[in-house]
Amino acid sequence: MTGIRTETQPPSVQGNTPITEVEMEGQRKETYSRMIARRFLKHRLAVVGLGILAIITLMAIFAPFLAPHDPYEVTEVFEGEPSAEHWLGTDQIGRDVLSRLIYASRVSLVVGVVAVAIYIAIGTIVGAVAGYFGGWIDMVIMRITDIFMSFPFFMIILVIVSVVGSSLTNVILVLGLLGWPSVARLVRGSVLSLKQLDFVKAGIALGISTPRILFGHILPNAIAPILVNATFGMAGAVMTEAALSFLGMGVKAPMASWGNMLTDAQSLSVLTDQPWLWVPPGVMILVSVLAINFIGDGLRDALDPKALK
Amino acid sequence: MLTDLLHIEHLKTAFKTDGGEVVSVDDVGFRLKTGETIGIVGESGCGKSVTSLSVMRLLGKSGYVKEGEIWFNGQDLTKFTEDEYRRIRGNEISMIFQEPMTSLNPVFTIGYQMQEGITLHLGLKGKKARDYAVEMLKKVGIPRAESIMNEYPHALSGGMRQRVMIAMALSCKPKLLIADEPTTALDVTIQAQILELMKSLRDESGTAIMLITHDLGVIAEMADKVIVMYAGQVVEEADVFTLFDNPRHPYTQGLMKSIPHVDSDPDERLTSIQGTVPSLLAMPKGCRFNNRCQYAEERCRQEQPLLVTVGEGHSVRCWLAE
Repeated sequence: MTGIRTETQPPSVQGNTPITEVEMEGQRKETYSRMIARRFLKHRLAVVGLGILAIITLMAIFAPFLAPHDPYEVTEVFEGEPSAEHWLGTDQIGRDVLSRLIYASRVSLVVGVVAVAIYIAIGTIVGAVAGYFGGWIDMVIMRITDIFMSFPFFMIILVIVSVVGSSLTNVILVLGLLGWPSVARLVRGSVLSLKQLDFVKAGIALGISTPRILFGHILPNAIAPILVNATFGMAGAVMTEAALSFLGMGVKAPMASWGNMLTDAQSLSVLTDQPWLWVPPGVMILVSVLAINFIGDGLRDALDPKALK
Repeated sequence: MLTDLLHIEHLKTAFKTDGGEVVSVDDVGFRLKTGETIGIVGESGCGKSVTSLSVMRLLGKSGYVKEGEIWFNGQDLTKFTEDEYRRIRGNEISMIFQEPMTSLNPVFTIGYQMQEGITLHLGLKGKKARDYAVEMLKKVGIPRAESIMNEYPHALSGGMRQRVMIAMALSCKPKLLIADEPTTALDVTIQAQILELMKSLRDESGTAIMLITHDLGVIAEMADKVIVMYAGQVVEEADVFTLFDNPRHPYTQGLMKSIPHVDSDPDERLTSIQGTVPSLLAMPKGCRFNNRCQYAEERCRQEQPLLVTVGEGHSVRCWLAE
């Protein structure tokens, strides 16, 4: 019965205007993701950054095929200058610098990606819960966040790493477990403003459960700042790992990381006479961090809702 | 005789604020039968929306129903747990809001949002849910319903979005539809279309409608009976014809005079009710309307009037009406 009425009702109701309205709107048919991609591609430096990061990623994945030597193999040439055999020379105990440089990109990327993934996950959940429920839950969570943020970040990492021991896993865990407060604040702020919007009320009025409202409806709207934060966080994590390794508190030899390769430059004679030992890893850190930051810049501009079209 | 679908009795809704507890709906009651439409009118801040939100229990953290009963379909909603409430929201009672521009989630397609409620309450999945959603969109007069399913809300105009909201609200065949100023944010031609649509859908499905508005034109168009609210209280209740023919409360009369009539003198100025709704924290003694009422007497300033019946289905809260 309803079916028949359905067919007869709409024409009398709709009039003519809505059709033209929709067709006019339909012209700029573009999905959200495609619009973001177009805006990102306009940002030249970001595209360059993405290219560099892609190269570094490929380098990390295919390290065993790209590296001319075994990065752990000790050869008879100590502190050898760059040559046809060893393009970037060898280090103090005779390992090929180029091979180590290539393998070290794995460490940096793993630290950057995994540590950031851990703290983004924690920060997002904690911040979303605090922002959505408010009241005493928010109060308790944000005070804990404040406490975490008041720690001298680098010192606490140094202390923890020296207590639990330095290894790649520990560096990742420490960075991941300490990095969440700033994300939590960011997400809390977004959720606080998003939860006031009508679609949240409409969702509740539709009988959608609270977790689904929070994680399925509110958070997808907050994804842009989180993504930008994650990108910059990745650059930060690469830097922190390098710094920790440089200080001997991060990735330990014989495993290669750009940071611990720089350790050699602590001696003045190396600094002045053997630039092949410290310039390449230094350049790699610089280039990768710059590339990631450019990507972050591009993403931020592309995702900015205020920059129309 | 039909039993009442919704029967609100002595509803008192309060909000906790820094300045203490504020009672924003005080002793409101009415009955609504299946297929009937009740209009709730009043100025901003009179408790119209809070009344409707109380029925849905969407009062936020600080608001709560302090006293009274909300009988819906033979069950007292005030005794429901949050879980029980979730089951009837969007299913047996749905709601459409004033602002269609922000009532849809901007990052999901219309289809996704339509199907969510359909899957949740009707248990339809995948293609079946999609087909049903398309059918609902066609029912509310959306052209190219199939392709609209893949559009994001920003590609739709306000009127279209409100149609989508109505389609979502009605997709689970609710017994009661609460419409909180559904046409206020739309331009006049679209308003008429939306009202027309709501009327036809009501006649088709027998859904009862609780219509909140400050527009007496909308009331005249849609409602079977009307309650006029002032400062959190019902000041007059009547069927729509009685109310327009014979408004008894000075506030209702004032509202009537403030809109133009076809047969009124074009040079005549519309009258307005002086002053504003009193703050809920500082209610005047006696009748709440006394400081704005041109007929106020000494008694009005001292004693609060009760809602008294003055005719069949017609009651007024005014000393002068007796």
